[in-house]
Amino acid sequence: MTDFRTPRSRAQGLGAAGHGVSHWISERVSSVALIPLVLWGVFAVLRLARSDYDMAVAWLSSPVNAVLLALLAVVSLMHMHSGMRVVVEDYIHRRITKAGLLLLNLFVCALFGALALFSILKVALSGGAY
Amino acid sequence: MVELALPKNSRVQKGQHHPAPAGAKKVKTFKVYRYDPEGTENPRWDTYDVDVEACGPMVLDALIYIKNTMDPTLAFRRSCREGVCGSCAMNIGGRNTLACTHGWEEVPGQTCTISPLPHMPVIKDLVPDMTLFYAQYASIEPWLHTKTPEPQGEWLQTPADREKLDGLYECILCACCSTSCPSYWWNGDKYLGPAALLHAYRWLIDSRDEATGERLDDLEDPFKLYRCHTIMNCAQVCPKGLNPAKAIAEVKKMLVDRVV
Repeated sequence: MTDFRTPRSRAQGLGAAGHGVSHWISERVSSVALIPLVLWGVFAVLRLARSDYDMAVAWLSSPVNAVLLALLAVVSLMHMHSGMRVVVEDYIHRRITKAGLLLLNLFVCALFGALALFSILKVALSGGAY
Repeated sequence: MVELALPKNSRVQKGQHHPAPAGAKKVKTFKVYRYDPEGTENPRWDTYDVDVEACGPMVLDALIYIKNTMDPTLAFRRSCREGVCGSCAMNIGGRNTLACTHGWEEVPGQTCTISPLPHMPVIKDLVPDMTLFYAQYASIEPWLHTKTPEPQGEWLQTPADREKLDGLYECILCACCSTSCPSYWWNGDKYLGPAALLHAYRWLIDSRDEATGERLDDLEDPFKLYRCHTIMNCAQVCPKGLNPAKAIAEVKKMLVDRVV
């Protein structure tokens, strides 16, 4: 016996947060979007593996390829962020560790997303010039 | 809370062995978790060699046999002995089920291991503390909510609407599902668990209920509802053959229907 809170009060906790459905939908939508994007990505990598630098730059300068690659990078990082977030919420209960890991997850995903996006745009728009 | 190793005072030690009575023909060993939180000793595994020809076919029969003839200190809950009350839910052979409907012959091997429902505080031996579990059930307000003035007779419902409650109303709240759910183990203080959520859905789809929106409001929460990751242990262990995972999925679909 640690305190005199009623079981009902413990069960109700802080009440319902009133969100969760949008996170659930975004997980499913990003999964669906990733099916064609990843298939296309695998195909693109296999194609690029046989090309030289100039051919690769030319390939990435095509609007369709650049946009699809940017979408692949951004959507997969968003998907990874929401998945990792759930893992941290599941297993980490110490407030400070949890906050730290949630921030790390967000920052790492945002950083890699921004880097990928900028790099793709740079090659696509500048034609590979340094 | 995630705990990968048991705390020191919870490590289960080797316990006493109770041999079969002389002249026993067919013997099965029951390895039973014993713990008294009021004592100073760690939990232990006691083994009982039961003369199974002298007792009934179910694991509960064997437990009653042990208590009557071998060791009266063993504590467990039981009442109806026919799968209706849900009192004798425990972990038998590594699987949550009702001792009264699970035959000891169904447990493969010479030894049948019996422990309390996983990840619940233990009151004694096989008796877990179900206080929070019941409070979580109460928190979904499992009764009819209406705003329309009460009719003269009953609230009417078509047979088709009544059928929607099949597969839900049969739940006996034995807690086999919730205590088999890893999500409930790790976040049982915030996640409502499959049993409470199955009942929440039972009231959500009741055509007579007028609080569907409020009920959904109370569930839309990253922990109360969305800790369900469709692990499906609940559906696998339910001794009544129900599917709490499907009920939870239906609640999630209802929440989507509100916004899309």
